[in-house]
Amino acid sequence: MAGAAPYNDERAREIIKSHLGLEGPALPILHAFMEEFGHVPDAAVKEMAEALNVSRAEMHGVVTFYHDFHREPHGRHTLKICRAESCQSMGVEKLANDFLAKLKLKWGETTPDGALTVEAAYCLGLCAHSPSALIDDEPVGCIDMETLDGIVAEAKS
Amino acid sequence: MTLIKEIDFGTPESKSEKMITLTIDGKTVTVPEGTSIMRAAMEAGTEIPKLCATDSVKAFGSCRLCVIEVEGRNGTPASCTTPVAPGISVKTQTPRLAAIRRGVMELYISDHPLDCLTCAANGDCELQDMAGAVGLRDVRYGYDGANHVFARNSGEINFDWKPKDESNPYFAYDPSKCIVCNRCVRACEEVQGTFALTISGRGFDSRVSPGMDEAFFESECVSCGACVQACPTATLTEKSVIEIGQPEHSEITTCAYCGVGCTFKAEMRGEEVVRMVPWKDGKANHGHSCIKGRFAYGYAHHGDRILNPMVRESIHEPWREVSWDEALTFAADRLKAIQAKYGKNSVGAITSSRCSNEETYLVQKLVRAGFGNNNVDTCARVCHSPTGYGLNQAFGTSAGTQDFDSVDDSDVILVIGANPTDAHPVFGSRMKKRLREGAKLIVVDPRRIDLVRSPHVEADYHLPLKPGTNVAMVTALAHVIVKEGLVNEAFVRERCDQDEFRDWADFVAQDRNSPEALESVLGVPAADIRAAARLYATGGNAAIYYGLGVTEHAQGSTAVMGIANLAMATGNLGRRGVGVNPLRGQNNVQGSCDMGSFPHELPGYQHISGEKAREVFEKDWGVKIDSEPGLRIPNMFDSAIEGLFKGLYVQGEDILQSDPDTRHVSAALANMELVIVQDLFLVETAHYAHVFLPGCSFLEKDGTFTNAERRIQRIRKVMSPKNGYGDWEITQLLANKLGMNWSYVNPSEIMDEIARLTPSFAGVSYEKLDRDGSVQWPCNDDAPDGMPIMHINGFARGKGKFVITEYVATDEKVGPRFPLLLTTGRILSQYNVGAQTRRTENSRWHEEDVLEIHPHDAEERGVRDGDWVKVQSRAGETTLKAVVTERVATGVVYTTFHHPMTQANVVTTDNSDWATNCPEYKVTAVQISVSNGPTEWQEKYRELSESARRIATVIDAAE
Repeated sequence: MAGAAPYNDERAREIIKSHLGLEGPALPILHAFMEEFGHVPDAAVKEMAEALNVSRAEMHGVVTFYHDFHREPHGRHTLKICRAESCQSMGVEKLANDFLAKLKLKWGETTPDGALTVEAAYCLGLCAHSPSALIDDEPVGCIDMETLDGIVAEAKS
Repeated sequence: MTLIKEIDFGTPESKSEKMITLTIDGKTVTVPEGTSIMRAAMEAGTEIPKLCATDSVKAFGSCRLCVIEVEGRNGTPASCTTPVAPGISVKTQTPRLAAIRRGVMELYISDHPLDCLTCAANGDCELQDMAGAVGLRDVRYGYDGANHVFARNSGEINFDWKPKDESNPYFAYDPSKCIVCNRCVRACEEVQGTFALTISGRGFDSRVSPGMDEAFFESECVSCGACVQACPTATLTEKSVIEIGQPEHSEITTCAYCGVGCTFKAEMRGEEVVRMVPWKDGKANHGHSCIKGRFAYGYAHHGDRILNPMVRESIHEPWREVSWDEALTFAADRLKAIQAKYGKNSVGAITSSRCSNEETYLVQKLVRAGFGNNNVDTCARVCHSPTGYGLNQAFGTSAGTQDFDSVDDSDVILVIGANPTDAHPVFGSRMKKRLREGAKLIVVDPRRIDLVRSPHVEADYHLPLKPGTNVAMVTALAHVIVKEGLVNEAFVRERCDQDEFRDWADFVAQDRNSPEALESVLGVPAADIRAAARLYATGGNAAIYYGLGVTEHAQGSTAVMGIANLAMATGNLGRRGVGVNPLRGQNNVQGSCDMGSFPHELPGYQHISGEKAREVFEKDWGVKIDSEPGLRIPNMFDSAIEGLFKGLYVQGEDILQSDPDTRHVSAALANMELVIVQDLFLVETAHYAHVFLPGCSFLEKDGTFTNAERRIQRIRKVMSPKNGYGDWEITQLLANKLGMNWSYVNPSEIMDEIARLTPSFAGVSYEKLDRDGSVQWPCNDDAPDGMPIMHINGFARGKGKFVITEYVATDEKVGPRFPLLLTTGRILSQYNVGAQTRRTENSRWHEEDVLEIHPHDAEERGVRDGDWVKVQSRAGETTLKAVVTERVATGVVYTTFHHPMTQANVVTTDNSDWATNCPEYKVTAVQISVSNGPTEWQEKYRELSESARRIATVIDAAE
């Protein structure tokens, strides 16, 4: 579960400092940022570059490589719908498109009330229960529109 | 003349001595171990298709075009990442490989615009070449899918498309043409060492990103152009190529900016420079360059350039454009009249470190043979004259001991008073590369220069000493080396004078020279000094690089000798990776010194009092040479103010802006009856000139420059002189007006004369330079191919000389009225007085000189970032904008001297080095206060500049 503390440089520096003893501290720091702030803002990337004595370009390259480190805060909950082969064969594309249309969202977008962000995943390893999804850290199998509506309702509550 | 195309071997050379033999396409090839199969094939003349590989950066293996088959091995490995192995048999062309390559190319082209005919890279595009090489005929995937090419896909906005980034004035970035080969990113990292580029995103989203998806101009990019050079497509392209088109011929020439002496291919269309591309075979730069050399040549075409000779009776009149004959007759008649009235010694000349060896040689010959005195000096007086003196004392030659390549073998690098990443950027990149490989770094500098800490580089010790205390620092380092038994006894016994060594060792060992005793003088913790000294003495090959932060002091020469002492005491001389390396400021500082520009020395540092040396020149020139040294630059000014020195010929040097204590200089110039300025522009000195002879740029003449590593390299004429004559021709015309009867038709004849008369240049000729590319002097019968590393088996002077370096505090002391120390320097995008770079787009990076001040000092004075501040010293005052930064220590402020309206040198004093009169630019006690705008002096000077630059004909036309 990603944290939601408002970003501030001071706290970012503290987090960085507490990881500097590690070998290869960049990824642990980024995870810690996600944990604390729920996202990795550009200001944090600059702080990291300074502390690790690398260029901000390099740090940016690392952050943008991983889809799960995002530059903007997400909704309070994140739903990842699997679009890999098995789920596709079980009709997830139509399901997902209808679902997104209903919410008036595109992949990666957040509901206007900030409750839910919908993202694509490419195989959750739940192929036996295709189509599958992940709500925050919780896997859900055999999803249909009803399950998804339930997830939205719960997220908004 | 054709366009020089260098062979791209795809991957860097292997340095291994072990050789490996293999077979490629049935041909037997022998290459050093560690060579890639791609490179081995190219060496054998077989080009394997490639896109992401180029030999300036390490293999990357991403484009999958360079696949090969190796007999007995599975699969199709990439030839760039697969090293050679003994006895293997490689096939570079098989039906399977052809199919793979075609498939790869199809994928590339499916996301690439098909606008080859109107593309700036047309004719110089590796993607185009590879499409041809693999026989691409069809793209089965079509062009309709997701792409980065079109701004709209069937009417819908395409979010994958990005507009062109034209923020950099010199090159454009068009993401739609990018194939994400990573060559630009790798060049920025491996070659330049700035790490300003990355690939953002992954997979199909991957795009080249300057900084954090910033515009190039806003990013960390320093505009060296390595990425542009590495780009195989039109993604990164010089704007000049976009504008003009592809070049049709090229010439190898040498950069006219700093002392690194990069060689370039000037790629031309007719007489128009299309672009400057650093030459891979250039031994100083190995195919790399900085923003100045690659891009800042536009000054040659700038509208400010004066192309016609001009004269005026007095400096209060407007200039009159006249014929060459009239201008030269005017100059010669006045010179003769002055000498008749005030005596032989009332005239002199100043040679330039920006002009060629041949030109410098001619000016000093004109003075010695034509004027009949030795009143010739050069701008090296105000920069590296202490190097000449100090190193000559210690080793017997006035030059650095190494070549630049030597740094590759350094284990410890000690940088004193130099800022290579700004002032010698190409060498700075080289040094950073070695540092990334693990060499240790000690920085002695009052400022936190980039080397102290910047991406992937961090100094092990930064000793931020107070300006003016170099000698105390060097002695303190020596104290630790001697007292802790770190002296290389064997080296000292074998190579150095024993008595002098013992005296020196006794001196430095005194308690008063310990780091602890000097802590308060230096302002640096003693423990750091001790640790740095131990590292220097015991860390393996240790090299010292120093710059004007050492020489431009009241004890500049002493500090140079102190540095030589350190190197000798630790045995760090006479092999690769070590040595004493002065980083020369201007392109031909070394050369102008070599050419006899000093009032006491004939070419090749032969003292003027030496009968024998004089005799050689006298015989050749057919004149009698005065045995008394002439006036140095500061003496010329003093003498002018006394009314004794009345005529000066200044070639390519802006003494009014560059020399210290501007008011003193202007008073001296105003007192002269004839000032001849030969330059590209109406420079500041020209305000006080009576004759202006338009000079030409390095692109318009033949000659040679000698760089900081003593490397003599050719400059070649690529366009006709816009002013009509090369600078050497102008000097010759003037000399002939004075009755000299010179008849040089080509600068090569001047070099032949230099070789004939100067033992250390005996083997130098244009023929040799054209054949070998370059040569490092001494070049004579003992060293027919020159000498990259000096003093290998002993010093040039015999025994190395230790000199006692007693620290004497400068007269320029802080006190209640002037509590801060001002030190000066320069920055990457501008060069020296800025006459060239200010007339290019480089000014966008540095529009004005600013004053760096520490937050603490700023707060005490109520100075905020961006405020106008007044800088006052005992000599004068000026105003400029403040930048509040921790780069400078408390008590120290810093500025540059690139802009004439700032006039940093109004503030600097006329204190100078005891031995050579090199001015103490680096230490001036000042006070800083908030101000409203320019000082009275600056206002007056602005008026003078405007009035002194009036040209009569232009005004007539305007009226």
